[in-house]
Amino acid sequence: MKVKVLSRNPDDYIRETKLDIQRVPRNYDPTLHPFEVAREYTRALNATKLERVFAKPFLASLDGHRDGVNCLAKHTTSLSTLLSGSCDGEVKVWNLSKRECVRTLQAHEGFVRGMVVRFCGTSFFTTVFTGLDHHQKEGVFATCGQQVDIWDEQRSSPIRSFTWGVDSFSSVSFNPVETELLGSCASDRSIVLYDMRESAPLKKVIMTMRSNTLCWNPMEAYYFTCANEDYNLYTYDMRYLEKPLVVHMDHVSAVLDVDYSPTGQEFVSASFDKTIRIFPKDAGHSREVYHTKRMQHVICIKWSADSKYILSGSDEMNIRLWKANAAEKLGVLAPREREAANYSQKLKEKFQNHPQIRRIARHRHLPKSIYHQTKELRVMKDARRRKEMNVRKHSKPGAVPVVSEKEKHVVTVVK
Amino acid sequence: MSSRHKHHQTYTTKMASPDESTVNVSHVGRKKKAPSRYWQELQQEKDEAKDAGAGEGNKEPTTEEAEESKTPKQKKRKFKEKQDQNQDKKCISGKSDPFPGKARIPEDRLQKFKRKEKIKKPPHQHYKLRTMIARSEEASEMAQKQAARFDLLLPEEAGFLEGDEGEDTCLVSQEDIANAVDITSGAKHFNLKLSQFGPYRIDYSKTGRHLVIGGRKGHVACIDWQSKHLMCEINVMESVNDVKWLHSESMYAVAQKKWLYVYDSNGIELHCIRKFNDVLRMQFLPYHFLLATASATSFLQYLDVSVGKEVVAINTKTGRLDVMCQNPQNAIIHLGHPNGTVTLWSPNQKEALVKMLCHQGAVRSVAVEKNGTYMVTSGMDKKLKVYDIRAFKPLKSYFLPAGASCLSLSQRGLLSAATGDIVQVYRDVWSTPVTKPYMAHRVRGTVWGLHFCPFEDVLGVGHQDGFTSMLVPGAGEPNFDALDANPFRSAKQRQEWEVKALLEKIQPELISLDPTELGHVDRATFEQKHEDRVKALGFDPLAKVKFIPKFKKKGRSSAGRVEKRKKQVAHEDQRDIIRKAMEDKRKTEEERKNKEQKKTLLSSQKSALDRFKK
Repeated sequence: MKVKVLSRNPDDYIRETKLDIQRVPRNYDPTLHPFEVAREYTRALNATKLERVFAKPFLASLDGHRDGVNCLAKHTTSLSTLLSGSCDGEVKVWNLSKRECVRTLQAHEGFVRGMVVRFCGTSFFTTVFTGLDHHQKEGVFATCGQQVDIWDEQRSSPIRSFTWGVDSFSSVSFNPVETELLGSCASDRSIVLYDMRESAPLKKVIMTMRSNTLCWNPMEAYYFTCANEDYNLYTYDMRYLEKPLVVHMDHVSAVLDVDYSPTGQEFVSASFDKTIRIFPKDAGHSREVYHTKRMQHVICIKWSADSKYILSGSDEMNIRLWKANAAEKLGVLAPREREAANYSQKLKEKFQNHPQIRRIARHRHLPKSIYHQTKELRVMKDARRRKEMNVRKHSKPGAVPVVSEKEKHVVTVVK
Repeated sequence: MSSRHKHHQTYTTKMASPDESTVNVSHVGRKKKAPSRYWQELQQEKDEAKDAGAGEGNKEPTTEEAEESKTPKQKKRKFKEKQDQNQDKKCISGKSDPFPGKARIPEDRLQKFKRKEKIKKPPHQHYKLRTMIARSEEASEMAQKQAARFDLLLPEEAGFLEGDEGEDTCLVSQEDIANAVDITSGAKHFNLKLSQFGPYRIDYSKTGRHLVIGGRKGHVACIDWQSKHLMCEINVMESVNDVKWLHSESMYAVAQKKWLYVYDSNGIELHCIRKFNDVLRMQFLPYHFLLATASATSFLQYLDVSVGKEVVAINTKTGRLDVMCQNPQNAIIHLGHPNGTVTLWSPNQKEALVKMLCHQGAVRSVAVEKNGTYMVTSGMDKKLKVYDIRAFKPLKSYFLPAGASCLSLSQRGLLSAATGDIVQVYRDVWSTPVTKPYMAHRVRGTVWGLHFCPFEDVLGVGHQDGFTSMLVPGAGEPNFDALDANPFRSAKQRQEWEVKALLEKIQPELISLDPTELGHVDRATFEQKHEDRVKALGFDPLAKVKFIPKFKKKGRSSAGRVEKRKKQVAHEDQRDIIRKAMEDKRKTEEERKNKEQKKTLLSSQKSALDRFKK
């Protein structure tokens, strides 16, 4: 007779001293782990709930301005430095890690409308014109007002001026990769593209309503997103202006400013409806909305260069610091903590389309006014769509074609 | 020395011709191998002779000399190739690796960790989905391989019992086994003589460390059976129908004469649940924290032990329910009935999910295998039947002269059946027709409770005269997963496990026949949603856009023309000619065949003159 009976030596399974960590022998046999899917689903549900519990995006408010904050500028070399200009012509330099004002300057008599830090990080420019941007590599900057001017730092008069039958421009922005290219938003509802080396503008697209600002995608620099007065944002491909790539909807009032994350995957927008929204670059709706009781119309917005924070300047004289990921834990993570966070992130991704999880992940509290306005807008949109459907139904087939949302907002492209 | 290595040596010694290396070095694969030349063979033979004589070190100078005489470009190439070869062959010591590359994983291990078949890839235009699927499949394949590789390293091996030639394992007595094995294992065979309050129902905790026994006449005891430490012993002064551990060893439920009670491991009554009356049998679903009870009033009730609420009470309308078991793979409760049927229940449906007619007489006992593939039933018709419960098909039917009153399945698929006071253990009842038991043991009274201890080679038997712990080699899973059920866990570890387990408690709504249902794509809902969307929008947003040709003035390859050309039949004029030619060919062939047939017919009719033919 040959016999063997299971007999485990406890020394192999129990730690020797209390100073050791516990022994955890594993066996990944699927039959020992029943209900894999259901358990993972439960974990994902818990992770999603916890994410909502820990979603506390507001970090700090920087006060000190004596009038509404009109423009913000990120420092090009220092992460912790922020510059802000207000409506009374004051410019403040902030230290973000200490959350305090470092310097205050009286730059202008009137509004500080534009501000930019030179690429080397040693000096910055402010303007009373409507917009200002600096070249990425050379000592050249652009302003806009009645026309778009290109200035050399060493000269007192612009080296080039662009006009295209437009009376005023609201913003100008250099392309971060093709550094000679510029984009600007004009008051005649158009977005105009320029090449600095040429004497005439490249082309423009005229939309149904005016765009306020424009921001280039820093990673895919042929895409830009503009913040429009018609509550939407539009992402265009510079090469095909006939139709925007994506229409980003969700704001319930004019969008005033937009800024891309340095990763180029997301951008943040500031709106007159007193909220900030974060959009994935290719999604039609926002993934996140930030608001506080006290924040008024948000005038300017910036995404920090480490892609972790968002800075907003608003009408009621405050600059606010937000987390880009609302539920993210700040500071150094222990390895186990990081592993757990990664695991729950993956689980959330895996089960994101399950209705329960989707409902919880999407849930946001909104101020009453915005909630009702959203509802109202939806009703209006539905009514319009219904009417169009009825018209189509009672007219000759093909007489009332279906016009997609993307096509609706572009009037024409001029070259 | 391997043959590949020899090739390598040929090339290092004979550096004169640069083409040589590309011919000999076979790191690309078998296909691109150039045809061998006669001089190579000669060279090889020479080398073999050299190898026999001298070691590797002797060859070093010759290679260096040869290298000096070559152009730098060739040298570079040589060097690179050399490096490539060295990477997979040579260690720092200069010795070659006899087992280059990663170890191969046996196919059956890979199969063990396979979750599902590969998905059919969507067409090319859905390139994002394609890459996503490809990536996730890659990840799961890696996980499967890693798990299979890890499986080779598991420390423990399962037990076994083999008889000598002509010796029957079922004749080996428990005492013999206990004497043959080591002293700790031998101590796992013991008898508790409790003749006063029997017969006993028993239950092992999920980790297999703790045992609760409940005597018919009210005696309840908890034992840490390996150390033989008695945790508590009480007499509830009422008849006891069943005992069951809850999620950990700190609480157990006792089905008493009237109500259901919960006690803690010190024997203190925690709850008396009046909603659960006349309970006869109980099952605990560990991942759902549900206690399922079957009562004499034909009610199947579920108690959520984490919040203490009744989840559902189902009136099965089938009379007294005293045969019950659970499918550990999908948490479905199986009930056996006096009319010979076995019914399957989930808390989400008031009707039985499945009704199977299994026996001619009443069903006496039911057991489901760990994987949820097989169900074993025994009935009053003295039959023992094996069913495939994925397909609901009978697989095997055995006749037991006395019939089995209790059944229990072990983690590794051993079946124990109690017939009167004899406990028999069978092996492989579903795959091969069994003629005799693997083991047998006679206890001192009729068996009332039968339970394999998880992660141990032990079968607990509760009977008229107390409790017997039997040694059944090969019953238990040798390697436990400490994050799931750890028999050696400390109090702290248990607490942590309890918190984790409670956090990932599965909701009772998720119990269904197919436990992976949650992972499937819900097409029906999508279609419904899409329909609603089309209705709201007035057009189908997912419809394929009709092709509108671009307006171009010149050129043959305008988009519209290309499209038109695509729609035309290719080589239409030639097709007619080919078709005609084919037809002609077919006809001539047919004619030829006809002729031949006639010829053969003619030739087969023999005439008298045929014999003169030459």
